[in-house]
Amino acid sequence: MLRYTLSRLQSLVLSLIAASIVIFLTVEIVPGDPASYMLGLNASEDTIAALRDQLGLNVPSYQRYWNWVSSLLHGDFGTSYTYRTPVSDMIRDRLWISLPLAIYALFLSTLIAFPAGILAATHRGSFTDVLIMGFTQLGVAIPNFWFAMLMVLLFAINLQWFSAGGFPGWENPLLAIKSLTLPAIALALPQASILARIMRSSLLDILSEDYIRTARAKGLTRGQTLYRHALRNALIPVLTIIGLQFSFLMAGAIIIENVFFLPGLGRLVFQAITQRDLIVVESVVMLLVFAVILVNFAVDIAYAIVDPRLRGG
Amino acid sequence: MTLLSIKDLHLSIHGTKILHGLSLSVEASQIVGVIGESGSGKSMTAYCATQLLPTGSHTRGEITLDGTNILAASEKTMCALRGNDISMVFQEPTTALNPVQTIGKQVAETILIHEPGTSKADAMERATEALKRVELPNNQFPLSRLPHEMSGGQRQRVVIAMAIALRPKLLIADEPTTALDVTTQAEILLLLTRLVREDGMGLMMISHDLAVVNGMADHIHIMQRGRIVEHGPVKTLFQTMQHSYSKALLAASAHVPDRNPPNTETPLLKVQNVTRDYTLPRQALFAKRGTFRAIADVSFTIHKGESLGLVGESGCGKSTLTRAILGLEQIQRGEILLSGEPVFTDKKSNRAVRRKMQVVFQDPYGSFNPRHRVSRLVSEPLHLLDTTPVDSRDRVVEALTSVGLRPEDADKYPHEFSGGQRQRIAIARALIIKPELIILDEAVSALDVSIRAQILDLLAELSSVHGLTYLFISHDLSVVRSITDRVLVMKAGKIVEQGQTDQVFDTPTHAYTKNLIYAAPQLPANVRTMI
Repeated sequence: MLRYTLSRLQSLVLSLIAASIVIFLTVEIVPGDPASYMLGLNASEDTIAALRDQLGLNVPSYQRYWNWVSSLLHGDFGTSYTYRTPVSDMIRDRLWISLPLAIYALFLSTLIAFPAGILAATHRGSFTDVLIMGFTQLGVAIPNFWFAMLMVLLFAINLQWFSAGGFPGWENPLLAIKSLTLPAIALALPQASILARIMRSSLLDILSEDYIRTARAKGLTRGQTLYRHALRNALIPVLTIIGLQFSFLMAGAIIIENVFFLPGLGRLVFQAITQRDLIVVESVVMLLVFAVILVNFAVDIAYAIVDPRLRGG
Repeated sequence: MTLLSIKDLHLSIHGTKILHGLSLSVEASQIVGVIGESGSGKSMTAYCATQLLPTGSHTRGEITLDGTNILAASEKTMCALRGNDISMVFQEPTTALNPVQTIGKQVAETILIHEPGTSKADAMERATEALKRVELPNNQFPLSRLPHEMSGGQRQRVVIAMAIALRPKLLIADEPTTALDVTTQAEILLLLTRLVREDGMGLMMISHDLAVVNGMADHIHIMQRGRIVEHGPVKTLFQTMQHSYSKALLAASAHVPDRNPPNTETPLLKVQNVTRDYTLPRQALFAKRGTFRAIADVSFTIHKGESLGLVGESGCGKSTLTRAILGLEQIQRGEILLSGEPVFTDKKSNRAVRRKMQVVFQDPYGSFNPRHRVSRLVSEPLHLLDTTPVDSRDRVVEALTSVGLRPEDADKYPHEFSGGQRQRIAIARALIIKPELIILDEAVSALDVSIRAQILDLLAELSSVHGLTYLFISHDLSVVRSITDRVLVMKAGKIVEQGQTDQVFDTPTHAYTKNLIYAAPQLPANVRTMI
């Protein structure tokens, strides 16, 4: 297990280095000059030169890369050109919304998907199965922003159980969680639908395996067979999807953030791109890549916990 | 008192009748063989006795196990019986174990399920003991082993250990050795016999192979289409059998097709000092990759019109050699020449040579694209020609006719055919390009004995009509003996013995060949002469 973890860590570090190089190259080298790009078409030569100097663009690119990476390692993400504030502060504030929201949505999605998938698989072809599969079909088909707006109409405007948007901050944790609930449900719905379908098909595959029959022949009941032999083996494809979904939830929540007026990472990137604030774009993209790689690492470790065959190699 | 008694058992699944009034009984300490071809209902009989039937099953009749009425028992009662009083061993040891649980945990589970008060340490202790009884001693096979770290035979022992951990009264073994090599098969059969004698349990031994059961059973039942057509004590059954089906089955098991020995000595395929190394995965990021030598310095020649057998246990390099001969992979040393031309040139297989040889694989279900019609499947090798012949349809019809199928079969899909018919399609596909050499890679191993006899006859006939040369690869020694002129015995990537087939089988010189031949199950000598 230790060797496996080390080898995964190795590939984590290598992926981070590769990703940082790619991001650096795309943002700073292609296409054209970042300073004139940030300032737009009408900028004067002098302002561009000043910005180039300020951005440290007048040194060789390998040195710029090194400066960027070493300041990233010190937690210094640079200063936003539009907001004139340290990018690290901006990211920290946004992360306090995006990360809890992603975790909350993922929690809801697994909470719905696992029982639904298991129930559908164990009652294959029954009314329950058809019903669950029908709902998941809907869940995948309905655009989540539209579902979000419906929820706002019902729960925020008509019933007034939740606020329609905004985020009050973490001073009152209960209130904070409450304001994240509707967005989390909206995000979780399609994810849960996909996850439930994966869970069902994966479990159906496993339930037709020979060792399930062996377990039954040993005298295990259907329930015991399911919990002791089938579920753990069915988890592998499910974990893969959970990993992908978490990565998506971190950055892909942008539409939902807009619907609920939440100042999250997705909106930050969006704003930064429209304002040509390349320093922010670069840092946030790097952070998101880091999050994705980290989640993949966690998924790899989870694989090895579930399937001991992976630990050896 | 009879241990297991089945009386007038009827089974239908979703309305399809599977068993029609079947009766059989197993006494304590008795080994009862149930023989039948695929689809005869032998496995379903076992599932009736354990009530592990698929959904939609409907049973009628009477099954009693040691006084308990099985058909009337609740699921709860059955769970208590299964693994405790009645246990099962299945065909495929590679998939019968949960791949993510240690063998110790899986064996101990049987004990923990049935004796809930047992402490974990006690259960593990008893699991060790059960594994020791199936000859997997703890010092070599610790409880922490995972199934993938063991060979097929060892895994089958673990399955048996799970089944006998609580010393059940009845053990049902459903084709327990079909997926194993002959020497491993002999060991497993010996182990099962020993356990029956030690524990005084009854054993219901299900098999398609008369020879396997013949060596160990006390009583044999022969099944056909959901009925028992013949049964009796093994000592006298072969002499007294009346039913035409059992006679036909016996004849098919020992069938030897009529063949003419080849009359030329012209070499067709020359394999000279061939070595094939596989590169192993890296152990660390920049570490050097190791190699595994699958075949080492192998040389032999196949003459025109000859049928050469290649026998050996799984993992000996048979398949690697096939791939090398077909020019599918590059070899590291040596050369392979067909009619003097290399099979592999310029990092790819040599088309000019490839069209002179074809292959027929083992699995008649997996080797066809299910969405293609037979005509397309059979005409596939024509792509090896530089121009597609205009008469390809005629060729398909000709190929199908020569393997005993009808021209109109060309427009059907593979699923419309039985296993034996599919194997005929596979042979037609090989024939269409009029090859000189056909490699038969376990081509009859998945077939029932009667179908196998037909296919062997077909191969013999085709060889004399078309002057075909065969390389016949199989783990089944009796088949190899019946259809080949010369035989090679392969072990761990090397050829350890070769010679005329009869000579090698009658007077083997290498210790490994002797072992193989000794381990192969046989019908009694008087039966063989009887036919």
